[in-house]
Amino acid sequence: MDISTAISLAIFVALINNFVLARFLGLCPFLGVSKKMDSAFGMGMAVIFVMTLASAVTWLIYYYLLRKGNIFGAQDLAPVLKTASYILVIAALVQLVEMFLKKNVPTLYQSLGIYLPLITTNCAVLGVALLNTTDAPMATRITQDNIFYAMIQGCAGGVGFTIVLLLMSGIRERLETADIPECLKGVPIAFICTSLMAFAFMGFLGLS
Amino acid sequence: MESKKEFTKGIWAENPVFVMILSICPSMATTSNLSNAFCMGLAVIFVLIFSNIIISLIRKAIPGEIRIPCYIVVIASFVTITDLAMHAYLPLKIYEALGIFIPLIVVNCIILGRAEAFASKNNVWKSFLDGLGMGIGFTLALCIIGFTREIIGNGTICNYQIVSFFTSKNNNPNAWIEPISVFSQPAGGFLVIGLYLGLFSYLRRQKKLKEVAKAK
Repeated sequence: MDISTAISLAIFVALINNFVLARFLGLCPFLGVSKKMDSAFGMGMAVIFVMTLASAVTWLIYYYLLRKGNIFGAQDLAPVLKTASYILVIAALVQLVEMFLKKNVPTLYQSLGIYLPLITTNCAVLGVALLNTTDAPMATRITQDNIFYAMIQGCAGGVGFTIVLLLMSGIRERLETADIPECLKGVPIAFICTSLMAFAFMGFLGLS
Repeated sequence: MESKKEFTKGIWAENPVFVMILSICPSMATTSNLSNAFCMGLAVIFVLIFSNIIISLIRKAIPGEIRIPCYIVVIASFVTITDLAMHAYLPLKIYEALGIFIPLIVVNCIILGRAEAFASKNNVWKSFLDGLGMGIGFTLALCIIGFTREIIGNGTICNYQIVSFFTSKNNNPNAWIEPISVFSQPAGGFLVIGLYLGLFSYLRRQKKLKEVAKAK
């Protein structure tokens, strides 16, 4: 692993190719939880945590069980089993994390607790697992051969999600009192603000 | 009569994208181009119909506590079938443009939502109609967004140049307007869907006001 590659990967995933604004992943929780700053922060932390863990676990599954040359010596299982195995592992992982936190770290559980079950169906989590191990052109291929790069992509993706979620919750708290046309209130104006944020984030393209 | 209602509600009154605001991720990521949007819609119709049928068939055999994992397994198998079939038969360009959003149908809110809210409570025929209606409603919404984004962003429809004045001045000196390429990029997608949601909520409001006026 190479530190400068790792840092540039993290910046690429968190800012330039942001999960919410450039890749359209995790929009449902982004709209659902961005009404208040506190809940946005809790959700963001839970997503960072689960995305990092899920990247590591799904990478191990891909590398040792699914891809060509896996430990069974079988042929490439990835196209057939990837989707089903990833989503089941993520669902089980979220459940385990929830049980572990409830028993051992009750304070953290109380602040993250209600957001954890929601994360199973957050497409950013399954999305990062698939992006880590795919040949698709939009992916960064270095994550396929190194678990640390995969985890950095997961963690930076979560950080990018949290940044955008916090910014959006600040904007939406202001929008509550703003004078908006009746038919644009609520979700439509949130989308238009997101669009303006996406314009702003396009400025990060200069970094790459 | 009643089953007709199950079919039509997904298309207009409970349209999954414009009214219920579900599964926004694929409806933006795959709509920079009309043909991509249509293929994504077809994939969702297929998965939605078959997952609804299977879940409705086994609804009495599934224990309540573990129903969500069961639904996910059923949905994931149909998504894998769709993924493999699309890789085999679709042009590679469209398959690559859809990319990870085909496997991501697994976590699509519409499909799990219909399984939980409808197919687990109703018989097979009704669940089939519900899946078909919701799928067609989703495809229509995707096509509307894709059409708007492609014609403003590129001046094309399904990659065919149809309006000669609506093209880049570099290729065509008689062009009236340049296409606004930001519409086929993410920022334009958010803008288009925000404005459409505003339009639909305006239409609903007008309808409600009319009904109130009539009642008076």
